[in-house]
Amino acid sequence: MAENRIRVLIAKPGLDGHDRGAKVVAQALRDAGMEVIYTGLRRTPEQIVSAAIQEDVQVIGLSSLSGAHNHLFQKVAGLLEEKGYTDILLIGGGIIPDKDRKKLEEMGFDCIFSPGTSTSKIVEFIQDRVNG
Amino acid sequence: MTDKSGQDKLRQQLEEWRKGPLAGFQKRGWKETYTSYREPIKDIYTPLDFPEEKYLEKSGFPGQYPYVRGVYPTMYRGRPWTMRQYAGFASAEESNRRYRYLLEQGQTGLSVAFDLPTQIGLDSDHDLADGEVGKVGVPIDSLADMEILFADIPLDQVSTSMTINSPAAVLLAMYIALAEKQGVASDQLKGTIQNDILKEYFARGTYIFPPGPSLRLITDIFAYCSRELPRWNTISISGYHIREAGANAVQELAFTLADGIAYVKAALKAGLEGDDFAPRLSFFFNAQMNLLEEVAKFRAARRLWARIMDEQFGAENPKSKMLRFHTQTAGASLTAQQAQNNIVRVTIQALAAVLGGTQSLHTNSYDEAWALPSEESVRIALRTQQIIAHESGATSTADPLGGSYYLEALTDDIENKVEEYLEKIEEMGGMVEAIEKGYVQREIQKSAYEMQKRIEQEEDIVVGVNKYAHEEAAPDDLLEVDPRMEKEQIKKLQEIKKNRDEQEVEQSLNKLKETAEADENLMPAIVEAVKAYATLGEICGVLRSIYGEYQAPTF
Repeated sequence: MAENRIRVLIAKPGLDGHDRGAKVVAQALRDAGMEVIYTGLRRTPEQIVSAAIQEDVQVIGLSSLSGAHNHLFQKVAGLLEEKGYTDILLIGGGIIPDKDRKKLEEMGFDCIFSPGTSTSKIVEFIQDRVNG
Repeated sequence: MTDKSGQDKLRQQLEEWRKGPLAGFQKRGWKETYTSYREPIKDIYTPLDFPEEKYLEKSGFPGQYPYVRGVYPTMYRGRPWTMRQYAGFASAEESNRRYRYLLEQGQTGLSVAFDLPTQIGLDSDHDLADGEVGKVGVPIDSLADMEILFADIPLDQVSTSMTINSPAAVLLAMYIALAEKQGVASDQLKGTIQNDILKEYFARGTYIFPPGPSLRLITDIFAYCSRELPRWNTISISGYHIREAGANAVQELAFTLADGIAYVKAALKAGLEGDDFAPRLSFFFNAQMNLLEEVAKFRAARRLWARIMDEQFGAENPKSKMLRFHTQTAGASLTAQQAQNNIVRVTIQALAAVLGGTQSLHTNSYDEAWALPSEESVRIALRTQQIIAHESGATSTADPLGGSYYLEALTDDIENKVEEYLEKIEEMGGMVEAIEKGYVQREIQKSAYEMQKRIEQEEDIVVGVNKYAHEEAAPDDLLEVDPRMEKEQIKKLQEIKKNRDEQEVEQSLNKLKETAEADENLMPAIVEAVKAYATLGEICGVLRSIYGEYQAPTF
């Protein structure tokens, strides 16, 4: 395990300032032995994708509570596809209606986690997909 | 009970009770309990925890120093709190419709939610506004949008709260300009701007400028309003978002009051007289789930602020020492699972705010873990307040829980623990320094993470989430903001720019630049610029060019 730490980028796309969830998830993934880079607030989809490529991550986790998820999450998924990085595990969370969750999962997101999801579930999901 | 022999007798009998009946029953079941700030709670509270002889010093009467029992002598028997639902979305037209609906439903004050580009001083056509226009609030690019937002709402008859921080001066200027158009004198205007930049750096995220110039904007507003808008609350020093970011009750209070102290110091340094601006300072707190602890928090807040203004700043005017506050129920406590349970959560939280003596209240809607509230869910949230006001009896007398041994002990304990934090922050050189060092951020982050772990280990129970869960369909009648709204708003912005007097705009922006460089009060120049229909982005752009932008460190 130790020689092969999973590398994760946790990112806040757009102007949303709610970062409690992003930071809690980042901390939980670190405690589970992953290497986590947190972007901080106000990142554009372009900045997020280029950071992910530069940092050579296996996982991108997006967080949005401002209602801009449809637009911004799709842009990230689109850019990853355009640049040929569809092997990166793409997950998200925040205030996201069920209808939008389904749409985003069809558009390339591996999972959209709803509020109340335990961090251990997120850890397991990532470990299963990346190592499994 | 006040004499020593009485106390000794009580102490002795309490020990006997602990050794006898309590110890016997503890074998059948006993659980350690804690406050939100992880202080163990005693088995029982008695007059030993709140001796009567300290009553006058510690509590006094409503409307009297140290205001523990409320800021007004009559409290809700004189006038109920202002019912004020935070609202705004999509466009000025849609939001105006929602405001008029809420007023028709018996709401007594307005509370404007702005979208994120507005809160960050960007026009709707800015690259960074892409996908954000009209999402969490109403987009305001210029005075023209404000005219629509308040159409058919006479500004001399409502009080309006605006959640706006970095660009607060600009939105306030628009409100003043709009009032002038309606023929309402600025000294008639009642309301609040949030105008609390410090918490944006560590808990809410809508900062623009670095702390220095941000504090100047704030003290300019204090000075301007003390002359021109005497009934306006010039700031709403906010613990709400600090709590939402993961702080416990003590941290919420400590960091909020530390922010308040920083603003008072900045204003005094700018040459203002304390008793000129301090009466218009207001506060904003969160109401979380722990009913009695929250009531104690509100009471402790009043005593602490009264003492700070009296002892530390030597305020003379009693109004300078009164902590008046708005409350919002805790968004972070709402669950996506079994969303209707949130109606009950909001009721308990709203009751805490009322029992704690709030001046105004926003109750969250049950569907907000999924989306912005629908009209139906907002109505239930408002009705919750109305039921508490008219049916519960909680308003029948001032501070009805005062004198509860447990509540009074909690009030004292929170006060003491907040003071420890305040001393620590003072030692660091004040709140700006504590934020720049990342101390405040780390304290909150630690609490948030520990809270999450307690939930995952089922030490803390959240009904419907880690206990009593069941499979269910997600709600489907949610509010949706039409993505076409963004294009509409950009079109409107372009039309305004086409139809205004460009020369007048340019002159007003030049004047603003000169004023900012010359260190004069910025408000008059901003009022002139908004009257010329200069946009929010243009005005903030001028200030950005002089002040630069804050770069947030990540912790």
